[in-house]
Amino acid sequence: MPDPLISVHGLGKDFTVRRKRRSTLGRTVPAVRDVTFDVAPGEIVGYLGPNGAGKSTTMKMLIGILAPTHGTARVAGLEPARQRTRLAARIGVVFGQRTTLWWDLPLRDSLALTRHLYRVPAQAHARRLAELTELLDLAPFIDTPVRQLSLGQRMRGDLTAALLHDPPLLVLDEPTIGLDVISKSTIRAFLLARNAERGTTILLTTHDLGDVERLCRRVMVIDHGRLAFDGGLDALRAQAPVGRTLVVDLAAPAPPIDVPGARTHRVEGPRQWLELTANPASVIAEVTRAHDIADLTLHEPDIEDVVTRLYRDNAQVTA
Amino acid sequence: MRVYLAVLACGLRRYSTYRAATAAGVLTNSVFGLINAMVMLAVFHARPHIGGFDAADAVTQVFVAQAMIGPAATFGPPLDLGDRIREGDVAVDLLRPAHLTAWWLAHDLGRAAFAFAFRSLPTFLVGALVFPLVLPHDPVRWAAVLAAVVLATLVGFGLRYLYSLAGFWVLDTRGINAAAWILGPICAGMLLPLVLFPTPVADVMRALPWSALVQVPADILLGKTHLPGGTAGALAYQALWAAALLAIGAALTARATRRVVVHGG
Amino acid sequence: MADADPAPRALTAYPRLAWTWCTAMAQYPASLAMFAIASFAAATAELGAIFVVFAHAGRIAGFGIREALLFYGLSAIAFTITDFLLGSVERLGNHIRRGTFDTMLVRPVSPLVQLATDEFSPRRLGKVVPGAIALAYALGHAGIHWTPARIATVPVLVCSAMVICGSIWVIGACVQFFVTEAGEVANSVTYGGQALAEYPLAIYGRDVVRAVTFVVPLAFVSWQPGLYLLGRPDPLGLPAVLRYAPPVVAAVLFALAALVWRVGLRRYRSTGS
Repeated sequence: MPDPLISVHGLGKDFTVRRKRRSTLGRTVPAVRDVTFDVAPGEIVGYLGPNGAGKSTTMKMLIGILAPTHGTARVAGLEPARQRTRLAARIGVVFGQRTTLWWDLPLRDSLALTRHLYRVPAQAHARRLAELTELLDLAPFIDTPVRQLSLGQRMRGDLTAALLHDPPLLVLDEPTIGLDVISKSTIRAFLLARNAERGTTILLTTHDLGDVERLCRRVMVIDHGRLAFDGGLDALRAQAPVGRTLVVDLAAPAPPIDVPGARTHRVEGPRQWLELTANPASVIAEVTRAHDIADLTLHEPDIEDVVTRLYRDNAQVTA
Repeated sequence: MRVYLAVLACGLRRYSTYRAATAAGVLTNSVFGLINAMVMLAVFHARPHIGGFDAADAVTQVFVAQAMIGPAATFGPPLDLGDRIREGDVAVDLLRPAHLTAWWLAHDLGRAAFAFAFRSLPTFLVGALVFPLVLPHDPVRWAAVLAAVVLATLVGFGLRYLYSLAGFWVLDTRGINAAAWILGPICAGMLLPLVLFPTPVADVMRALPWSALVQVPADILLGKTHLPGGTAGALAYQALWAAALLAIGAALTARATRRVVVHGG
Repeated sequence: MADADPAPRALTAYPRLAWTWCTAMAQYPASLAMFAIASFAAATAELGAIFVVFAHAGRIAGFGIREALLFYGLSAIAFTITDFLLGSVERLGNHIRRGTFDTMLVRPVSPLVQLATDEFSPRRLGKVVPGAIALAYALGHAGIHWTPARIATVPVLVCSAMVICGSIWVIGACVQFFVTEAGEVANSVTYGGQALAEYPLAIYGRDVVRAVTFVVPLAFVSWQPGLYLLGRPDPLGLPAVLRYAPPVVAAVLFALAALVWRVGLRRYRSTGS
């Protein structure tokens, strides 16, 4: 087992919220609590959780933007809070919601600025830029000002900027948010290739299930500031079992269907969602016998259902 | 009409969320007012009367100028319209069943109303507390001053609307904006009261629309209008510029719309 | 390379970044020229106002136009060069709001250097020209009795003034670490300070001069240096030793600015906003 690239122990962050205007003493709200994990070199790890669960707070602590209140973190052999500048040279960071490129400059100039910021020797820069230009197909728009790029083009430019100094660790915050299907798949394929060929470790947050299913061999789920799950996708499915869903379109709106082996959890006009606990065939037979059916579809559970279930179970445990 | 009232309210609400920025603005306007006023006091200490102005008149004009920074936007900000034209979003605005000029005017009047209440009045009050300003006793004159502020706001909008509209014909409007934001304030009487400039220069500046932003309202407050018809004449002069600029703006909007429709943006 | 000491790294990163921005800006020469002319015109207008004022008043607070140009020149050169070199720091609040400050923090160069060089453009040099001309003229014609000591002091005074202005600029920007929207507060001491220090301070009276001597030390940018070069006693009766203080004031203010920046950055990194 090689030394971990990221090693986090008991990491926590409290924010002070001022309760009222007059009180100077604030209330302390923990945003992240007692998070512990290791990431080995070459892993691709998805960091999932709903908005406000502590995802970006954790990420910011790992890249040195935020100082933790509790615990320790070591990333690429450095302590992010105290060695932010040195760490920055060893990681590549991409924020999906905002660009690290300069809005008014052509992409080429933005990348030239990045080269000076990271002090990449001119030769190495030229070599890597040529390689990335080919892999990400930057040539058609490399001389266009960043503000005129499409979201997908911009994200490819951002990825290039993050990789020009050849970091062993890539931290991605929502890298595919708002992208079209083709751009998403280009970027996923690129990340997989980068990981396979150069062993680049990738830590990403995402809401996109396609990202998780395509990229991540391991997922961590954070909920209310705590690490609720850490393991493989299959293990996650096993821990929070969600049955298949039968979507029933009735001929006319009706009260919730009640048949053995299924539980109706959503009704919208003539459409009803049934969570299956028994063999689908018997349930379908029951439903068709008792109701006038226009259409039927069977859904496999996806990651979002699994994660939602995990949250619900956790909420019940803590409540 | 209801649409424009809603847009106005929206402009008002948007600016009312910037509380810290408003307080900072009042502080900065007051500090500049104090500095400029002390310079004026020093000048008029050496020469008590210049072109019909005395020290109190000049100091009053200094604070009128600082108070007008908010509503008439003498130092900016430019309208967001400029950005929308540059990025092509203006096509969406043109699709609305509302007149482009009226839409942006309503939005800007909302901003101006907020700026008048929470930037102009506090700044002017600071001036009045520190220095003996010329404050008329006649309520009719105050009504005229209020009308002058409204007209100055319209002229200020008309000018900024034209600066933005230039984006339909010129690719990079930043140069036009830079020039306008430098020359405008000087011709308005922000830098110095226009009476301090040599007479021919001052006459040219008075004839330009920017004088309606600061110099004319200050003249009305001080009861020193240079125009025939006194206060009424001065208000008419402002109204004329406001009408002319808005008419030019509307006419150019119509031409620009045809361009956008023909060229597809 | 990543292990290099941060301070010299910042010193070499600054010119590299500034130069890269300049070459990028130079791709639009018309726009660059237009802006340079515009900022030259704006600075010239301020100088013009001083001429207008002195044309009416003759002498103000015991100073004529030639002496006034010395004070203007000293103040303008310090403020405009500071504005040229690190005027962009005033946009800190914008960067915090838009999240671009976070992107600066994940790069291996001091965020202060990145802030200062952001959109660095030679066009701001246009502002420096009128002040430089006024200063050059005043040094020759303001009636300074030149001694070797006075000649040697001029660069020291100009450098001290630039450090004082730069420190005030950075401290003003740091306010935005605490109140993000309040960028304009800094304008009252930066641009306001410039407007104030362009005139012989005696015209503002004793209270203002005390405030800008002991609270916001703008008096050491142009007023005390000007009095020293002209060999004039302080008309407001403050101790004559103050005119030798600019380098000391500059050093203290520099240290204070460094401290305030660190405190601001630490606060940002502990609250994330």
